[in-house]
Amino acid sequence: MSVATDITTAQIWAWLDTVPDPEIPVISVVDLGVIRDVTVTDGRVKVTITPTYSGCPAMAVIAMDIETALAKHGVHQLELDTRIAPPWTTDWLSDKGRARLETYGIAPPQVAGGPERCPHCKSTEVEKISAFGSTPCKAQWRCTACLEPFDYFKCI
Amino acid sequence: MDQTLKDHLVAFLLRQGDNTLVLGHRTSEWCGTAPALEEDIALANTALDLIGQTQLWLGYAAEVEGTGRTANDLAFRRDAYDFKNLLMLEVPNEDFGRTILRQFFFDAFQVPWLDALQGSTDERVAGIAAKSLKEALYHLDRSSETVIALGDGTEVSNSRMQAALDYLWPYTGEMFADDATDAAMSGAGIAPLPSTLHTGWRGKVAEVMTSATLTTPDSTFSHKGGRTGTRHTEHLGHMLATMQVLQRSHPGAAW
Repeated sequence: MSVATDITTAQIWAWLDTVPDPEIPVISVVDLGVIRDVTVTDGRVKVTITPTYSGCPAMAVIAMDIETALAKHGVHQLELDTRIAPPWTTDWLSDKGRARLETYGIAPPQVAGGPERCPHCKSTEVEKISAFGSTPCKAQWRCTACLEPFDYFKCI
Repeated sequence: MDQTLKDHLVAFLLRQGDNTLVLGHRTSEWCGTAPALEEDIALANTALDLIGQTQLWLGYAAEVEGTGRTANDLAFRRDAYDFKNLLMLEVPNEDFGRTILRQFFFDAFQVPWLDALQGSTDERVAGIAAKSLKEALYHLDRSSETVIALGDGTEVSNSRMQAALDYLWPYTGEMFADDATDAAMSGAGIAPLPSTLHTGWRGKVAEVMTSATLTTPDSTFSHKGGRTGTRHTEHLGHMLATMQVLQRSHPGAAW
């Protein structure tokens, strides 16, 4: 195990980019856009996170996963700060994250308010099943071409 | 901040948090028993958003109060007469129609209300409002769509929605009844007077009721006493008995 001495904020960001979202493990917490700030002062690391939805139960797990991941890299003096303003938006999802969502079978958010295409067969013939889904950030849609249901990452 | 203004700010924050808590709990009562799986999931997610917002409002209320109580203490260790939620939000769900119509009435108020609160002179209030508004907008889309689908649906769904409307209507006026706390918040630039939102709300409701082929009652009578805590319905105590039983039996119990 290495010991944190001259760690840089860029290094912390890179480590955080290996921490998977607990509910959608193909994207990282950095891809999700919940990491708002990273500072390093005299070896003390401060990470500022923001919740996706105000009641998202994954936030506690995300905080714990960040602590565990950074501790593995020798970061033991960690302060986790929560910030709600400005509020999280799906605009903060990374391009890498959006692409990985689609490969995983979750249609990425679109400003138009619905998925652009089916993540499975890529047909644009899709319809909404429900405005909500298995987690606060998703809705349920269905492809009328290949008939597969799929999750859509809500655009907020 | 002088003590009187501080007391009003705490009361104001409790009203926000108690509204979202009581509606959030009522909505969560549908978990596992909704008419369809998709609706069950939608109701549970809506409840989750509302309870998440409650943590923010009651967390800030506890901080301003400054007596060492936490958001959890405020939610689980206060009695009915300390609650400052709207009466409309505490009445029983009855059926899916009443539940969704109540959600619509509340959402149609919350959206312009939270939008206005984003400009609050209190930056914590502005931050919580901005966070909650995104969720409220999503709720409003769904509740207005569903009210229209059920109102303009079958003869049975229409009659149940009309019954829900007749039942809930006398509870809606309380949202717009200003009092000394509202005047103090308005004076300090923390929140607008709720009465200033009444016309806009009536407009939105009229639009959706027309599409839903439902008839809004003429009556202007309004039940009151929830926002002030002076006269809750008999239903709130029963709801709290269920919601609070664990913390009442095992004070301070944690996961």
